Amino acid sequence: MTPEPIPFFARLWLAFACFFRMLFDPALAGRVQPVLAAGAPAAPVPKAPAAPAIEPPERSHASGLFVLSMLQREGRLLDFLQEDITSHPDEAVGAAARVVHEGCRRVVHDYLSIEPVVGDAEGASITVPADFDARRIRLTGNVAGQPPFHGSVKHHGWVTKSVRLPPVPVSGDPLVLAPAEVELT
Amino acid sequence: MATPGPSYAVGIDLGTTHSALSYLRLADERPRGAAQPVLPVPQLTGVGTVEDRLLLPSFLYLPGEREFPPASLALPWDKDSREIVGELARSHGAKVPTRLVASAKSWLCHPGVDRRSPLLPWQAPPEVQRVSPLDASARYLKHLADAFDRALGAGAAAKALARQDVVLAVPASFDAAARELTLEAAQRAGLPEVVLLEEPQAALYAWLEAAGEGFRKQVKVGDVILVVDVGGGTSDFSLISVLEREGELELQRLAVGDHILLGGDNMDLALAHALGRKLEGEGRKLDAWQLQSLTFACRVAKEKLFSSPKLGKAPISLASRGSSLIGGTVKTELLRDELENLLVEGFFPKSALTELPRTARHTGLTQLALPYAQDAAVTRHLAAFLTRQARALASNEASLRVGGKAFVHPTAVLFNGGVFKADPLRARVLGVLNGWLASEGAAPVRELEGAELDLAVARGAAYYGWVRRGNGLRIRGGTARAYYVGVEAAAPAVPGVEPPVRALCVAPFGMEEGTQADVPPQDFGLVVGEPTTFRFFASSTRRSDKVGDFVDRATERDDLEELAPLERALTSGEAASGLLVPVNLQAAVTEVGSLELRCLEKGGKGRWKLELNVRMKE
Repeated sequence: MTPEPIPFFARLWLAFACFFRMLFDPALAGRVQPVLAAGAPAAPVPKAPAAPAIEPPERSHASGLFVLSMLQREGRLLDFLQEDITSHPDEAVGAAARVVHEGCRRVVHDYLSIEPVVGDAEGASITVPADFDARRIRLTGNVAGQPPFHGSVKHHGWVTKSVRLPPVPVSGDPLVLAPAEVELT
Repeated sequence: MATPGPSYAVGIDLGTTHSALSYLRLADERPRGAAQPVLPVPQLTGVGTVEDRLLLPSFLYLPGEREFPPASLALPWDKDSREIVGELARSHGAKVPTRLVASAKSWLCHPGVDRRSPLLPWQAPPEVQRVSPLDASARYLKHLADAFDRALGAGAAAKALARQDVVLAVPASFDAAARELTLEAAQRAGLPEVVLLEEPQAALYAWLEAAGEGFRKQVKVGDVILVVDVGGGTSDFSLISVLEREGELELQRLAVGDHILLGGDNMDLALAHALGRKLEGEGRKLDAWQLQSLTFACRVAKEKLFSSPKLGKAPISLASRGSSLIGGTVKTELLRDELENLLVEGFFPKSALTELPRTARHTGLTQLALPYAQDAAVTRHLAAFLTRQARALASNEASLRVGGKAFVHPTAVLFNGGVFKADPLRARVLGVLNGWLASEGAAPVRELEGAELDLAVARGAAYYGWVRRGNGLRIRGGTARAYYVGVEAAAPAVPGVEPPVRALCVAPFGMEEGTQADVPPQDFGLVVGEPTTFRFFASSTRRSDKVGDFVDRATERDDLEELAPLERALTSGEAASGLLVPVNLQAAVTEVGSLELRCLEKGGKGRWKLELNVRMKE
């Protein structure tokens, strides 16, 4: 059995998580490296009658690139990330952050409904039930014993309730995140 | 098999800056009030991206041959679309103004230009393809029709928008010519049978629908409702009175205001220019594109300040066009004081009733840009409307008891248009009105609550389609103007002096839909083989002229406005031999709400409709 495809945002999160864990957890990195080198995990692969065409990465990740292009169009996110901010005073970075914040926020609000995973305020005590969903709640600190667990909320998490993203344009080149603008005079 | 009847009553708001479509399922046999659906309109929002939006920005972009990649402008119903209507047209057009058609509706009612000739984008370079104001309006309607057919018509011709009961809202201030052109645009969009409705009436219908039976608690016999409708590009006033006839409530539209090209967009632009000057004072020069984003940022900041009264200022950051975001971002802020001064005091000043709008009385015939209002003060335009109508109503409508009052006293106000989402602006209008009322010892007005400001016109228009089928309360009113044709008075010719023109009333004020009026016989004749032209006038205040009445010195009067002339060319095949065919005139208001002037052959069977010549005489 091949695992179910992971949705884009989950992959995005996973990518972030992996980055830091690889960086700070040498033991885990050591285990992961052979897996990456070998490609897919050594799961029993059923003999397919015909090998499925392998999509080029820009096609299989087209939706991710498209979201990036929207964040650039509305919130200039790429301009912000690509620029060296060390030489600028906080005041200027702050002014630019308003542009990024306003535009990216619009994209997130228009196309996704996002809400906290747990309704309780951060700092509040909660009980994690026995049948909790480990994908939605991560336990930290003194993780021992059997659920239900008692603890306090450190971060309420975020979960997407609905996705209203438009389909990826078929006519475009997904690699182009923002076309160059040339003004004719 | 008979063709099936309509399934929906559909209302279309064809706005200067935004359009919308709402529909009511006739099979439901009841209005839905605020739950009445508004059609999500698929439109290009980015190159290659189509998304649904409730509003369709009334903008048309005419791209160059190789401007966009192939197939990237495709719409769900047109894979080969080569034009852009809606959101992308507006956002991209800001960077390419010479290919952007905007405010087509304002051009449609501009008597100084030929509205059927391709003249938009205004001042585009010669190689850019152009369209007429009529065409542009037709394209917005076609886009809405395609969206409707795809969503609700399921591709079947019998379920298409053309087969539904379609009501199209137009400004109350549209004269007969602009109404006629709007119908022509609908026809061009494949909608041959639409019915027209005045926008302020549509707003009141939407309110009536939302209030349900509860409206009887909010209005009573003797009320005079003032509808203040400030849209994106135009301001429109109407007075509607609540009467009783045979024990039943009746609504009657008393009067409508003149066409004022002044709206919410002017307000955002005023803020942007003020902040632009402030930045220039600090040595930051803005380009056209930045001014455009400043206008947008000002709208956001304005809404923020109006909705949170405790904020003293709203920060504004303007990105540069280049990729250097941090170095290039211009920072400023909109202070509450500036907002109050520019918007509240600038557009809604506490003016006295006697203060009339400043006019640089435009010369009409020679002016070629859009005739924007010279005075930005909505309250002064309102004062002018109420005082002028008081004089007109005093002698005619005894039930209103206007006599001796300096202006018509409204008892209730209904607001319409996104501008009035701002509480301080509604409060200011009410405050100014109450000041005027107090000065004549009258009770203050109350606001009709629960008005929906953005989508009311489309909703109300659809509801009117339902009312027309015999349900609910109908607003009566008929034509909002009296119409006249010019007759040259017999006078000895003096070189260089135009002979005085008398205006002959052919359609009185308040002529109802589906009625006609015969003009007493005059010596009119149509010449076979060459066009005969009638000068055409209208008045929104002369309420007592009857058909056949003459008004002297038509061209010099303030209460008559000259419209584009009417014309008819008879070919020799159409009329019996003889060079001159003597005719009588007849005016009719059609069921759909347009005015038609006909020539009836004296002692013969000939019947010819006079056509609007949309170009004013030079």
